[in-house]
This record gives sequence, structure tokens and C-alpha cells, in this order.
Amino acid sequence: MAPILDINNLYKNYGSVEILKDINVAIEPGDFLVLVGPSGCGKSTLLNCIAGLEPITGGTLSIGGKDMTHVSPKDRDIAMVFQSYALYPTMSVAKNITFGMKVRGVDAATQERKLNEVASQLQIEQLLHRRPGQLSGGQRQRVAMGRALVRDPKLFLFDEPLSNLDAKLRVEMRSEIKKLHQNLGATMVYVTHDQIEAMTLATKIVVLKGGVVQQIGTPAEIYNRPANLFVADFMGSPAMNLIPAKATKNGSGTQIEIARDGAAPLMLTDTHAENLPQDVILGLRPEDIAEAGFRAGEDVQVAECQIDMVEPAGADTFVVSELGGKQVTARLHAETGAESGKPLPLAFDLSKVSYFAPGTGERLN
Amino acid sequence: MTDFTQSYDAPRRNYSQLVLRWLLFSLLGLFALFYLMPLFVMVTTSLKSLEEIRTGSLVALPREVTFDAWRTAWSETCTGVKCEGLKPYFWNSVLMTVPAVFIATLLGAVNGYVIAQWRFKGANLIFSLMLFGCFIPFQVVLLPMARSLGILGLAGSIPGLIFVHVIYGIGFTTLFFRNYYVTIPSELTKAAKVDGAGFFRIFWSIFLPLSLPIVVVTVIWQFTNIWNDFLFGVSFSQAGTQPVTVALNNIVNSTTGVKEYNVDMAAAIIAALPTLLVYVVAGKYFIRGLTAGSVKG
Repeated sequence: MAPILDINNLYKNYGSVEILKDINVAIEPGDFLVLVGPSGCGKSTLLNCIAGLEPITGGTLSIGGKDMTHVSPKDRDIAMVFQSYALYPTMSVAKNITFGMKVRGVDAATQERKLNEVASQLQIEQLLHRRPGQLSGGQRQRVAMGRALVRDPKLFLFDEPLSNLDAKLRVEMRSEIKKLHQNLGATMVYVTHDQIEAMTLATKIVVLKGGVVQQIGTPAEIYNRPANLFVADFMGSPAMNLIPAKATKNGSGTQIEIARDGAAPLMLTDTHAENLPQDVILGLRPEDIAEAGFRAGEDVQVAECQIDMVEPAGADTFVVSELGGKQVTARLHAETGAESGKPLPLAFDLSKVSYFAPGTGERLN
Repeated sequence: MTDFTQSYDAPRRNYSQLVLRWLLFSLLGLFALFYLMPLFVMVTTSLKSLEEIRTGSLVALPREVTFDAWRTAWSETCTGVKCEGLKPYFWNSVLMTVPAVFIATLLGAVNGYVIAQWRFKGANLIFSLMLFGCFIPFQVVLLPMARSLGILGLAGSIPGLIFVHVIYGIGFTTLFFRNYYVTIPSELTKAAKVDGAGFFRIFWSIFLPLSLPIVVVTVIWQFTNIWNDFLFGVSFSQAGTQPVTVALNNIVNSTTGVKEYNVDMAAAIIAALPTLLVYVVAGKYFIRGLTAGSVKG
């Protein structure tokens, strides 16, 4: 199938400042693409470029197989939901939703029918005669989505649509957007700085930093096999443990040595890793370090560690131990007997390990 | 203990508050009286007969109320050689002010909309230059403007005066609208663009309906300035196209024998009435517009 959105070698400059550098992304119909990154990474600019609200400096962009590089937003067959909702303040909810159709000269009967369809889909029928100023944040969000849905476009664009909502409503709306995506089978591009939103919604994630794509992949790929230290650190909460270590070849496997302050170094043996340089950064997610006896598998290795801190979080208990000069977090079950200041045998699941080069930050395995 | 001090303190604080409040109100009342005094003298004088003005005190109320002076001022008094009162000049002023206010406000709205929402290279420079225009004194442009009006064939005509006032007004109206529109999130324009609306569609359907408060402010400002203007009026008009301010000056200055203070006062009030009216009528919408805009969203 032809990609519905195809971005090739896209560059965007403001004056002499490069905002986006050599972006290449393609998505299939039905995909949910999430652009994620810290603030200022260019993700919203990229979305605006896709919408045609910002001219691009170089490269090409096509939507639905047609070149849209220099086409104005209204002719791109897109709909967009903005962070501030951008509802027209002087128009009623119904007029807000039908404005686009009115501008395009859709006949009144069709407008009415589509309005009612969308209103019942989003459960906003009782709000149609109100002004945006009389709505709560969540209701405005729904209206903004309604304005996009009614257009039935090739591509939906979302610019941090949930960041103005409170935590509870955000989770609610998040699952609603996900449901919407599944029910409509629509193609969506979604910008967020929230990596949990990215993980839960996406079928494909683009991680951006400083206008450069760090990694493109499915949520599982990004989470399990981060391409570099930045992605490893950015995705996941609590963040992946990144521990400086020394690797030495040892028969068929590799001996990993992690220095410890005031104790013998922690020794692990990785039977899969090959051709590692001497200095590496070992990445292991908190959930891949468990209490001994609670994780089995051929790559699980147990070592005794000094526990510096215990943080019960309800469902899990996090314990912190200093390894290689870093505070390393392990995710244990809630009823763990771990006590701060005491040693505890921890199981390291090396089947999930990532290695990075300390200099470049690139993934090694 | 605490109860005791409270019950002892409370009335004393109330007492000093009351005294302060009365002092404040008396002072404000005094200021108000001071400001209203001239108006009082104008109104009472305009309602007296000449006989009464000569014999009575300046601040006394009229013994016998008469509207003769008002009728004279409106349709009979002499401005120079003609004796048809303020009426024709009053209409000149209306014919000049209404279109000038309308055109300047509309141009200012479009300018402000472009500068605030359709950023382009040099937008700031153009805005600064327009702002600069607000600070050029009227006297400086008298001669170049007279020359320009001559070339355009508008010299001495009401359209010429409209032209001058529109040019002078654009700086201010642009400033007002630009500052208002700059507070409107640019996402609104973006959303409308994605919805398929063009430049003027967005202006008419989205920005103009939002603009009531600033339109009222601009209209009050422009109307007051243009209606009250004397310098441009006296410089760029000729017999028959003079605005009411110029005519008022002529009435007061062309004395034939007795000085008719009551007619002068009535004429002055007539000349000032429209700006007062605009303020009273539009001021209400001004407040309403402000409160409508202050609601979240």
C-alpha cells in the first residue's frame, strides 16, 4: 500500500537557524504516528509543516500520494486539533463544527446531517447551542475534535491536544482518542512531549531532539531497543538505568564489570553480547531488575546489592542502589522485604539489556 | 482577653474609616464641582436672556428660562457675513466625521489584523513607522497636506477633510487594533486556514465579531478627535465646507455691536453635544464589550 504521508529530506530553517534537519518519515493508512520529544525539539514545527501552516525550506511532502509540498492547508485534505483548541469564540458549538463545511460551500442538509453524526459520536448534542466560553476544558476538547471529525479528512493532526487538561481528564480523553482511532481506522499524526501518551497511543513513534530524528519505530521497539542514550533516557518512567561498565571478552560470552563504591565490583556475564568495546554504558529498565527469585530465565543473573533507598509506590516498590556511580532503580513487587541500608539479592535480566557507546551514545547491540 | 481587645478596637477602626471615607468623598465632590462649574455657567447662561445676563450674577440660576438663544445659535446667528446659524456647519461636521471615523476604523482593523496575525518580513518596521505617524504634530503637515490636497483636487472640500482625518487616524486605529489582535492566539487563524477560510473570510467571520470592545474604543477616540479638530478644519476648508468648530469660532469672533453671550454658550454646547452623546451611548457598549471579552475563552 502506498504511504498516506510521505516526508522526504525535509528541512526547515528560520533565518539561519535550522529547526528541522533531514526528516524522513512515511506512514501507512490507519497508522497512528506520534511525534515525541522535549520542548523545542521541533515536533510542533514538523506538524505545522505537514499541515502547510509553515512553509518548508527543503525536501518534499506528499499526502495520499499527491505532492503537497507547496499546497495551501485548505487543499491538503487534513484536519487539525490544537493545543488551545482554537475554537471560534463568537460562534456556537454547532457553527464551530460546521464552519469548515460552510466555507467550502457544502449544502445545508449535509452540514446538518454530519453535525448530528459527529455530535452523537462525541456526546456533545446538548452543547450545540452554547458558546465555547461556556464550556469546560474537556467539553472544548470534544468540540475541537468534532470540528476535525466532521471533515472526514485523509489525515488528522493533533498538536498536544491533552496538555491543557487535568491529569484525570487527560487519561480519559487519551483512551477516547485511542478508541476513536480504532473505530474510524483513520490516519493520525499526534504531537506530544509526554512519553506515556506516545507509548499508549502510537502504532509508530518518531523521537525528535534538536530537529533531528533520533529513532523511528513501534512503541515496543523504541522502548526495548532504544537507538541511543537520548531515546533510552527519554522514553519510560522511571527512566532506564544507564550504568557505566567495563566489558571484557570471556570465552563465548562477555564479562561485564560494574564498579561499586566501597565494595567489590558487580560482575555479570552476558552470553549474547559480542564485539563490545572496553567502555560501555549498560542500559537496563527498572522492571528488568527484580528481587532474586521473582524473575527466571537463562539470562537472569543474581547479585547482592546494597539498598540505599526504598520508595513504595502502591502497585510496585522502587529500590535504589548505587552501581557504577549511578543511582540505579529497580522495580520490585509491593510486598518486598527490602530495607534501606541492607543488602538484597537482585536479579538482572540481561535478555533485555542495551549497550551504548559512552562517546557517541549510539546503541551497540 | 482577645475578645476584649477586639470589641474595644472594632468601633474605633470603623470610626476612623468613616472619617477617611467622608474626607475622600468631600475631596472628590469638590473636584467634581470644580470641573462642573464651567458647564453649569454655560448651561445657565444659554438659558438666560441678554437682559438678564447684563443685570444678574454670573452664577445665578436663570429667573426666566428661554430657549431663544438656542434657536438663534442653531439657525439664525451670523458667522461672518452669512446668518444661518450653526446648522449647515453642524451637518458639514457630521458629513466629515462619520465617513472619516468609519474608514479609519475599518482600515485600522485590517491593518492591525495583518500586522498581528499575518506576520511578514518588515511587519514590525511598518508598524513602527505607523506608530511614528501618531506623534507627528498637526502643524508640521499643514503645508505638504495643502499641496497634496491641491494636486488631488480635494482642496477646500469635505472629502478633502475626510482624507486628511483618515490619514491621520490610521496610525492610532492600527495601533489599537494591532494591540488587541496580538492577544488573540494565532492558533485561531491556523484553525481557520485548515478549515479552508481565506484572508478576508477569517477577518469577517472570526476577528471582526471579536472586536466590539476595541471598535468602540476606536470610534470614541476617532469621533472625539475629528469632531473637535479645529486646525485642519480651518486650514483645509472654505466657505460652505467649514466644520462646526470653525463656525463656532467665527460666531464668537464676529461681533456686531452687543456680544450675545447666551448665543455663544448655546452654540458651544451644541458643538460639543455629539461627542458627549457618542461617549454616553457607546460607553455603555464599551463596558458591555469589556465584560464579554473578560469571560474565559
